[in-house]
Amino acid sequence: MKNIIKITVLGILGLFLQSCGNDGSSGSKSGAITSNAAERVYVAPGEHDEYYAFLSGGYSGNLTVYGLPSGRLLKEIPVFSQFPTNGYGYSEETVPMLNTSFGFVPWGDAHHPDISQTEGELDGRWIFINENNTPRIARISLETFETEEIIEIPHSAGNHSSSFITENTEYVVAGTRFSVPYPQEDMAIDQMKGNFKGPLTFIAIDDNGRMNIDFQLKMPGFNYDLSHPGRGDSHGWFFFTTYNTEEAHTMQEVNASQNDKDFIAAVNWKKIQEYVKNGGGEEIDAEYAHNVFDHSTQTATTTMEKKVLTVDPREVEGAVYFMPTPKSPHGCDVDPSGEYIVGNGKLSTDLTVHSFSKMLKAIENEDFDGDAYGIPVLNFDSTLAGTVKEGGLGPLHTEFDGKGNAYTTFFISSEVVKWKLGTWEVLDRQPSYYSVGHLMIPGGNSREPYGKYMISMNKITKDRYLPTGPELEHSAQLYDISGEKMELLLDFPTHGEPHYAAGIPAEKIKSKSKKIYRLDENKHEYAAISESETKMVREGNEVHVYMTTVRSHFSPDNLEGIKVGDKVFFHVTNLEQDFDVPHGFAMIGANTSELLIMPGQTKTITWEPEKEGVWPFYCTDFCSALHQEMQGYVRVSGKNSNVPLKWTLDDEEIN
Amino acid sequence: MKFTLKIGLAIAFIFSFAACGNSEKDKDEDIRLEGYSSKAKKENVETGKASGGNDLSNKGIGPIKSMALPESIDAEMANRGADIFKKMCSACHKMDKKFVGPEIAGVTERRSPEWIMNMILNPEEMIKKDPIAKKLLIESNMAVMANQGLEEDEARAIVEYFRQYDKEN
Repeated sequence: MKNIIKITVLGILGLFLQSCGNDGSSGSKSGAITSNAAERVYVAPGEHDEYYAFLSGGYSGNLTVYGLPSGRLLKEIPVFSQFPTNGYGYSEETVPMLNTSFGFVPWGDAHHPDISQTEGELDGRWIFINENNTPRIARISLETFETEEIIEIPHSAGNHSSSFITENTEYVVAGTRFSVPYPQEDMAIDQMKGNFKGPLTFIAIDDNGRMNIDFQLKMPGFNYDLSHPGRGDSHGWFFFTTYNTEEAHTMQEVNASQNDKDFIAAVNWKKIQEYVKNGGGEEIDAEYAHNVFDHSTQTATTTMEKKVLTVDPREVEGAVYFMPTPKSPHGCDVDPSGEYIVGNGKLSTDLTVHSFSKMLKAIENEDFDGDAYGIPVLNFDSTLAGTVKEGGLGPLHTEFDGKGNAYTTFFISSEVVKWKLGTWEVLDRQPSYYSVGHLMIPGGNSREPYGKYMISMNKITKDRYLPTGPELEHSAQLYDISGEKMELLLDFPTHGEPHYAAGIPAEKIKSKSKKIYRLDENKHEYAAISESETKMVREGNEVHVYMTTVRSHFSPDNLEGIKVGDKVFFHVTNLEQDFDVPHGFAMIGANTSELLIMPGQTKTITWEPEKEGVWPFYCTDFCSALHQEMQGYVRVSGKNSNVPLKWTLDDEEIN
Repeated sequence: MKFTLKIGLAIAFIFSFAACGNSEKDKDEDIRLEGYSSKAKKENVETGKASGGNDLSNKGIGPIKSMALPESIDAEMANRGADIFKKMCSACHKMDKKFVGPEIAGVTERRSPEWIMNMILNPEEMIKKDPIAKKLLIESNMAVMANQGLEEDEARAIVEYFRQYDKEN
């Protein structure tokens, strides 16, 4: 008996020891995590987060919305990719959103979200995001959280240095990461040098958010990687990093890193705007899609544009300069005051910071170090404000906290480094798990950052979460940056590959968030505003079904007279007018997707039945206790049958 | 020890019986095959009237506390009410028959105008707390009264339409 007790005690001790061991090893992965981290990210049930964070979905093509500090996923907004969850890019109304000069493109590579600004501060009207692969920029409403407009960028390739916004939302920019023949033409690839161009496109934004290309700057054929606008004193300028100034056309991994320095291009867009207003520039042929979603008709339309205004930077006196910047700079970040322009030399250990006021002086003094294709190159030393020495390995991006500090991600050494503007001294460094790419401080690239939290978006996840096979979601980490040292509080998985994010205090937008679409404002061509308007209309082999939903039935719910070979358009209007009462619509065998229809909305999906029979459709969104009853039948008759169109509800014809 | 076990078993049996009992009862009311139909349902279909009795003293729960209606009908308001009713309500309510919700004909003789308006403007609370609304919810097969986001004056116009209808029919 005594022995048994002894053994038991030993066993228990052993367990204790073992669990201590476990704690120790997981502790090393958490970094120096503070003891009350959970409390600081805990948002109690029913409570709201303090910030919205909009994370680019990268190769998902979409934009995800998270709450901070909790890291809770609130929504995925479809932008450049089809989204069967709600029918975006499948429904007749939204298919035009994905039209391009290359035809319908169902996928995109979303990159850098940026929120509209007024006087250099986030105003929460819209968020913009660029597509890298088939160059486009989208505008998303922050009232509806829906994509309202997508404009294609002609003559561009790899739209990477985008979609950053000037401080009064005058322009959103698009750059060209892969220089190309301008305009496109058939030529030998090894003829690239001197013949390719890297156009920078300035898209004007009007008071309603509508985008229109104002001009395209015909720049030398370098790779334009990232950009940010000037602010404060430097408002009116835009800064773009370049790499591959070698103009290598193959094996860029080696050949694009031969020059010790590439450039930051400083563009005085106000000068070019003036030049263009006075008739400057040359209109050239172009082909690009401009897709606009109209909220009253709830339908998108595509306009194919045929012309674009091109400007040779050498023709506009004092409009464009190059600032030499070491080591293939990636991020191009401007501090809240607008004085400092940070070049994140990604193949370096150092950060190069240029001074805007010194740049102006160097221009005034014509302190040039030659030119590149006729564009003056400023003397490196004369624009240099300082260098952050030995920050880490492979700096990529920098954000600011509004308290005189900057935070830079170092990809190779996998850390975020805090440093001081003006003295360039490193103040703190925290490891990231693993291989951090972007980081985001809400408002961190505006005149008014909200320097409480910072999130890092990490490229490699590995062991941070339960394993899910070889393919993993990326990981973000939340840091408290209100104190002297950054404190890691939370890991949370992210969808796709977030390239950058934008954050904003919740109170700036939450009260404006739309709850329903008003039925009396529904101007959709095929809307049925009440059940009495529901019907079927045949036009040749096309049958239009005007259908409604309400908890919990469809009207009509029995449809006859459809024939094999017909193309059926289900135009479904949700008659509900209460917050958060969507209905879904799914048709057996539809080669499209479902629809998810918000209150007051009309959406259309097509169905081309190939088999005779009686086929059910149903509501996909659990709408009420009678949701399981929310269904209907479509009778499909033979091609040559004489079954007349007939639509009923409760066995009564609707009229 | 044995005794306790027995009691325990007995209780367990009771529970399982109770559960069976409930489901049997449900079946009785709702499921009949081959020409059988539920008694409760049949009554409703025959009378066509919603239950809940005629209780004009119940004003319901919501923003409308008390209102005095003139004897005469404001025809213009009634027309507006008819239009709103058609657009916002007719998917579930018919004048002359029970549909998803109760038949409307005669409603102004069964319910106070305050109750009708509160049911339109504050349905979530009504179906949870008001005795008549609770009963009607069950009778409507748990189909909740939808909040269609109407303004007070719109609900008032609907009442006028109902009054006109009841006067004329």
